[in-house]
Amino acid sequence: MKGTVTSISGATVCVDLADLKIGDRVFVGTSHLTGEVVRIDDKIATVQVFEENRGLGIGESVTTAGGPLTVALGPGLLGGIFDGLQRPLPLLLENSGDFVSSGQNPFPLDRKKSWAVTTNNKPGDHLHSGEAFAKVREGHIEHLLLMPQDGTLQQLEEGRLTLENPVATLADKQPLYGWHSWPVRKARPYQSKLPPTRPLVTGQRCLDFLFPLLKGGVAMVPGGFGTGKTVLEQTIAKFADVDVVVYVGCGERGNEMAGLLDEFGELEDPRTKRPLKERTIIVANTSNMPVAARESSIFTAVTMAEYYRDMGLDVLFLADSLSRWAEALREISSALEEMPGEDGYPTYLGSRLSGFIERAGVVKTLSGGQGSLSMILAVSPPGADFAEPVTQACLRVSGALYMLDTQLAHRRHFPAINWTQSFSLYSDTAMAHFVEEHEEWAKLQARCRDILQREDALREVAEVVGMEGLQDGDRLLMRTAEKIRLDFLCQNSFTEDAFAAPKSTIESITTLVAEHDQLSAALANGALLDDLLKEADHAPR
Amino acid sequence: MRLAEHQYRSVSAIRGPLLFLEKVFAARLGELVRIDAPDGRTLTGEVLKIFGDQVLIQVFGGTQGLDTKRTSVNFSDAVMRAPLGAGVLGRVFDGSFRPIDDLPMFIPEFRRPVIGAPINPVARAHPEEFIETGFSTIDGLNTLVKGQKLPIFTCAGLPAREMTEQLLHQARLPDGGPFVLVFVALGLTHFEYQFYRQTLEHMQSRFVAFVNLADDPVVERLLAPRLALTVAEDLAFRQEMDVLVIITDMTNYCDALREISTAREELPGRRGYPGHMYSDLASLYERAGRIHGRKGSVTLLPTVTMPEDDITHPIPDLTGYITEGQLVLSRELHQKGIYPPIDVLPSLSRLMQHGIGKGQTRSDHRDLSNQLYRTYAKGCDLRRLEAVVGRDGMLAEDRKLLDFADRFEAGFVHQGNKRRTIDETLDTAQALLDDFREVAR
Repeated sequence: MKGTVTSISGATVCVDLADLKIGDRVFVGTSHLTGEVVRIDDKIATVQVFEENRGLGIGESVTTAGGPLTVALGPGLLGGIFDGLQRPLPLLLENSGDFVSSGQNPFPLDRKKSWAVTTNNKPGDHLHSGEAFAKVREGHIEHLLLMPQDGTLQQLEEGRLTLENPVATLADKQPLYGWHSWPVRKARPYQSKLPPTRPLVTGQRCLDFLFPLLKGGVAMVPGGFGTGKTVLEQTIAKFADVDVVVYVGCGERGNEMAGLLDEFGELEDPRTKRPLKERTIIVANTSNMPVAARESSIFTAVTMAEYYRDMGLDVLFLADSLSRWAEALREISSALEEMPGEDGYPTYLGSRLSGFIERAGVVKTLSGGQGSLSMILAVSPPGADFAEPVTQACLRVSGALYMLDTQLAHRRHFPAINWTQSFSLYSDTAMAHFVEEHEEWAKLQARCRDILQREDALREVAEVVGMEGLQDGDRLLMRTAEKIRLDFLCQNSFTEDAFAAPKSTIESITTLVAEHDQLSAALANGALLDDLLKEADHAPR
Repeated sequence: MRLAEHQYRSVSAIRGPLLFLEKVFAARLGELVRIDAPDGRTLTGEVLKIFGDQVLIQVFGGTQGLDTKRTSVNFSDAVMRAPLGAGVLGRVFDGSFRPIDDLPMFIPEFRRPVIGAPINPVARAHPEEFIETGFSTIDGLNTLVKGQKLPIFTCAGLPAREMTEQLLHQARLPDGGPFVLVFVALGLTHFEYQFYRQTLEHMQSRFVAFVNLADDPVVERLLAPRLALTVAEDLAFRQEMDVLVIITDMTNYCDALREISTAREELPGRRGYPGHMYSDLASLYERAGRIHGRKGSVTLLPTVTMPEDDITHPIPDLTGYITEGQLVLSRELHQKGIYPPIDVLPSLSRLMQHGIGKGQTRSDHRDLSNQLYRTYAKGCDLRRLEAVVGRDGMLAEDRKLLDFADRFEAGFVHQGNKRRTIDETLDTAQALLDDFREVAR
């Protein structure tokens, strides 16, 4: 079916193609730019074009892809780097040089690479959609090949196969390949959602100890510019104890993506000792790449994350930053001349966002296993004003808040997580797990919070009376609080200290609190603080 | 491809910098048009929107003197391209690439679309080569690297101009060579521009300038940085030069963007700036960088004047979200007579970690910079306390921190017109910290 372009306003294009559905993918113009149908009025469909479309002319032809925007799911995604439409960037580089050009649609996976396929099934088995019919080894994981639909197997292949060779044939003669495609805006199905229970170790002392996250949980990280959102996200991407990491650079800096790529190629996963790259999928849609593709990038990424979750794996999804996604949504909405809501964002921002965030969670998969998809989402509030719509919409649906503080960042206290305003609703559940290993965990957490809170109060007093005017006990508390802040909560992502195992985390805080208790006991016995401190500072460590 | 040039005299409306044209056949988005005014002037324009046979055109240059009857518009069938080649060096152009240095136009080797394609993130080489600027606060604490974009956030009346000018003289690349400068003046007054012109004259032919002054057409203010960056990309990635792009002042650019956006009847966002300003700024800033396997680089140093000294104003705010850090000038330091008045606490260079240390600067660099930051931040915190209780009411230890903060500003931040090498910077830092520990004992 063919139509033509009837009007163009930036990336919003009207076409006179009949029988389109909302969400259908179309190819616009002589250079086959990818677009998505966003509105239909009688015989005219409005299309959001995902690629740079300067030079597109009225009257150029438009064809339909016959279905919605999809991603290809199969072995070979791990270690891949894609743009917001799942186009493999290394292949684009090979095909069209150092700058991304429009109108290219290479297949996202390597079709020629062969995989060792094994199976536990036999011809005649009836399988349901989402159950595994075969498996391959992809790096450190067992990659299950999942049924895209219900069916009875008629024939099965084993041995080294490429993605072009059918792995199985169904009773109705339909071939099954090692890959299938899935619409990005449709959440992948599961049997049931389960409550998250297992802690997700990030290796950040502040998070693991004060604001723990669970596998299947959602945390948001709002912070003004320069507060270290990206560094925190990337550090967690390196060290989190999960099987697969999906990292989306959504409307962020190109140089940072380049740094991430370099680093992930060199570093190794502390658990499996394999290159970090092998457990990571990167989706890079930098701020200067087309806005509409930025909007779709988080859906492209989360669909790939769900795919690995469906194999019974623990997947971590990191997005940097959701605000850029929301802004893309706003730009598209404004081009469609929709009625604006708060700050010009469309009124469906909240529902669109919660629909997306609800794709996280622990699930019982269709094949009966248990997989989890956790999300850590950076938000960039304009002017570091947390009252703005995107931050507020995220807050309503996330289980943990890691608020980054500009003042802390200026003092080079990194990660700049504000300990009074951040929270984790998972704390109690996570505690149950931590407590099994370390009985003191809950008690220490309460002590630590108490000391930090009292420091805040004391600082206000000190501002009036001066440090000299404080009692010895209070001065000791301020000293301990400072130690907790500098030696425990601060963690340099560029040194060996970047990852702290839970065991060492608990040890360091135990030491700090024990020293405090010891010194307070001495004070109670009539010793003078200055003498005690002199001793403590000169004591061999 | 159309075979004949299309000419129309069907202008239906003119609003601000926008021209509405009817009964146009097969126009293209972004197509370059030539407009012949009734008074004989020729202007250029670009197609913004097309609805069937109606076309909306943005005119570069003023629309004064245009009418609906006699104005004719010629469609070129191509998007706007910048002329490129070695001939651009040493030249001064206006915001539409016309020479304004009384020399004839150079002969272009070829032309490239001014809206550059994004660099494939996989092709980018991570910036990590140290640039010695000669300023201690930059080299020591907020290190600039090749391919970085680092804006200067200034306030009205602060010496950002002098700093920029000095930086041009004294910046050294890792191999000791100088930069090729691409200078973009946006909405500057003649008075301000005079100042830079002298500097450019000293650069001989290692510069290209695009000048759009305060009384030049506003639409060209949006075009000039794109022309300049297209030239910069060509110099860097084809002719393998290290290019430093200085754009001053981005605040004028954003105001022009707001003006045009309002004329286009787009929805205004915060403070009336359009909602797409982030993407628009990114399309400029992100053109900085390095590419694997190519020698050159584009380093970008835009100046942003913060309206009302407010760092949360949309212009510095969005800029800070895109650039790899910021250098923030402080009115308070300036009033204390400190030059350059860089406030290091809110300043940041995100790419510093990879550009310093052994092999780049010195192995003790990271450690020194962390200690300076921490000690100075503590000292600044205590200044508030000092204001309440007075210096006498404070602990001896705290008084030393206050002293340190003062000496840091006078001895490290302040350097007048003197250039410091990275060794001198780090030695100064070491000496300050040694003194502090000595006294603290």
